[in-house]
Amino acid sequence: MTTRIETRFAALKAEGRAGLVTFTMTGDPDYDTSLAIAKALPKAGADVIELGMPFTDPMADGPAIQAAGLRALNAGQTLAKTLKLVSEFRKDDNDTPIVLMGYYNPIYIYGVDRFLVDAKTAGVDGLIVVDLPPEEDEELCLPALRAGLNFIRLATPTTDDKRLPAVLNNTSGFVYYVSITGITGSAAPDANKVGDAVGRIKRHTQLPVAVGFGVRTAASAAAIAGHADAVVVGSALIDVLRASLDGHGKGGPQTVKAVADLVAELAQGVRAGRSVAAE
Amino acid sequence: MTVQQQPNSFRTGPDERGHFGIYGGRFVAETLMPLILELEQAYNAAKADPAYRKEMDHHLAHYVGRPSALYFAERLTEKFGGARIYFKREDLNHTGAHKVNNVLGQIMLAKRMGKKRIIAETGAGMHGVATATLCAKFGLPCIVYMGAVDVERQQPNVLRMKMLGAEVRPVTSGSHTLKDAMNEALRDWVTNVADTFYCIGTVAGPHPYPAMVRDFQSVIGKEVRDQMMAAEGRLPDSLIACIGGGSNAMGLFHPFLDDRSVEIYGVEAAGHGVASGQHAASIAGGRPGVLHGNRTYLLMDGDGQITEAHSISAGLDYPGIGPEHAWLHDMGRVQFLSATDDEAVAAFQLCSRLEGIIPALEPAHALARVVDLAPKKPKDHLMVVNMSGRGDKDLASVEAYLERKAK
Repeated sequence: MTTRIETRFAALKAEGRAGLVTFTMTGDPDYDTSLAIAKALPKAGADVIELGMPFTDPMADGPAIQAAGLRALNAGQTLAKTLKLVSEFRKDDNDTPIVLMGYYNPIYIYGVDRFLVDAKTAGVDGLIVVDLPPEEDEELCLPALRAGLNFIRLATPTTDDKRLPAVLNNTSGFVYYVSITGITGSAAPDANKVGDAVGRIKRHTQLPVAVGFGVRTAASAAAIAGHADAVVVGSALIDVLRASLDGHGKGGPQTVKAVADLVAELAQGVRAGRSVAAE
Repeated sequence: MTVQQQPNSFRTGPDERGHFGIYGGRFVAETLMPLILELEQAYNAAKADPAYRKEMDHHLAHYVGRPSALYFAERLTEKFGGARIYFKREDLNHTGAHKVNNVLGQIMLAKRMGKKRIIAETGAGMHGVATATLCAKFGLPCIVYMGAVDVERQQPNVLRMKMLGAEVRPVTSGSHTLKDAMNEALRDWVTNVADTFYCIGTVAGPHPYPAMVRDFQSVIGKEVRDQMMAAEGRLPDSLIACIGGGSNAMGLFHPFLDDRSVEIYGVEAAGHGVASGQHAASIAGGRPGVLHGNRTYLLMDGDGQITEAHSISAGLDYPGIGPEHAWLHDMGRVQFLSATDDEAVAAFQLCSRLEGIIPALEPAHALARVVDLAPKKPKDHLMVVNMSGRGDKDLASVEAYLERKAK
């Protein structure tokens, strides 16, 4: 069975370009605005959409994504509403892959089996769960694969050649290479080092490699796109979202536009990246 | 909770993947996995090295001041008219609490591993002070993450850490208390993986921390066995200790877990009362979930979002509990009770006036349950309370509390 993620990466490969993966938080700054943002993303140039499932204690995230999660929770976001948002998105778009990203506890409390059924029904394609390393595959990874969802694993600069096979085993859809040791929104990665790391991962797997953490501008997206199958941008989108909120923290059409504009810029960067690298 | 089938021994956990029954595990970001595996290997090697043990015993005797006394609390015993009450005097250790037992082991391990930088989280500040102290002794830079609320209510310990050369970083994310300090410490560790050792202060976090911290703290219970044999010619009949994460309790309990005649009580912080929702009693008011690297009982809402704990005691103000305690609860081996802020403060005053020992607010929670357990026991019942820390740090909090109550 081919998932939307696999279909999309095959299409990108045929086009000869890298993809843009966007990360936004569901429910930030409120349910309706975050749904409008999600709907605007494909048109703006996002190839794969990552949606954050907010959690009170996001231990791998920097201040921007922490604050986004808290805004969403304060606005009443729950895991059930996140799944509802995906199903509403799917009414108009049956092609763009959706990956849910977050932490394990809300899924564990929702109930793993029930979550997988509901996620599949809603139109979710893949999962990234930060605090589930391969050592805990029985919790969610293996059940998710059986349910026909991709389970996307993070590889990091600390994932050495000895450990890579364990990380890649049971990974599907794509590999998410975290380009720095650190939390989300940290310093920009060094494109050459990223190129070496992607090369190292590709010696171990056929899967596409997306690179994220620290990518903020069209230029850095272009530089990374020269070395990777996709570029992930998150904190930069969340920063423009926050900047667009009014004095009461409310979003509006300007919020959707601010995020979509930056996505369009980044998409141009990503599209320019491969031709730069090919020269 | 239904009591599951009893194992042959309660002292064999965790399994090789860090599980105590369904609890424990290694729920961390991939960046940290290689470090945690490296730590596990290094700890296993150190445990097997007699030189490591010998050096630790030397420092425990000459620097920490062990063994700590087992003190017969004569006037409390008289007042309650039941059990003979003994205090295990962890408050007499260097730095004033049990925390130093664990920190010594971890800092010696960090040295062996060639780590150049130590980070820690702290609630009441006792673990932070112990870490700052041993970093000073061993010449390592030390950064302590402490919730901004706790920085405020535990000023004496903040000053001590600074005097010892540590950097105290107030944490203003989330609820500004211990859980957020732990999040920040984990974020620091993810960022500075190459040279940093994370010195966790309790029997929680990803494997191997719960087992490792337990091993270092078990010196408490081992000493109690010998000391009680010397004092009374037999083992105690009951043990009681306060529980936040639960390291002082685990240190006292673990050597006795297979002595089935010994009753074991853990006391959680009930804050304004478990029914009020403002408490820190994860067993009484929580359910199993996953946070900070392990599965255990946690305080959370219906969506799996972690809720804020409340306790007058900063050291117990944490929405979780060590995974081995969670398992011992399910197994029925340890009985978990709770004590409110009011009860803890009353016990704090009683102990100060009757025994001339000002307890920390944390063990005052255990004393609060001794108040109703001891009178029901026969006069030959031997009860050991873990006096896990001294109360100097809490004087201002207790005074402010009593003034509020008087109004």
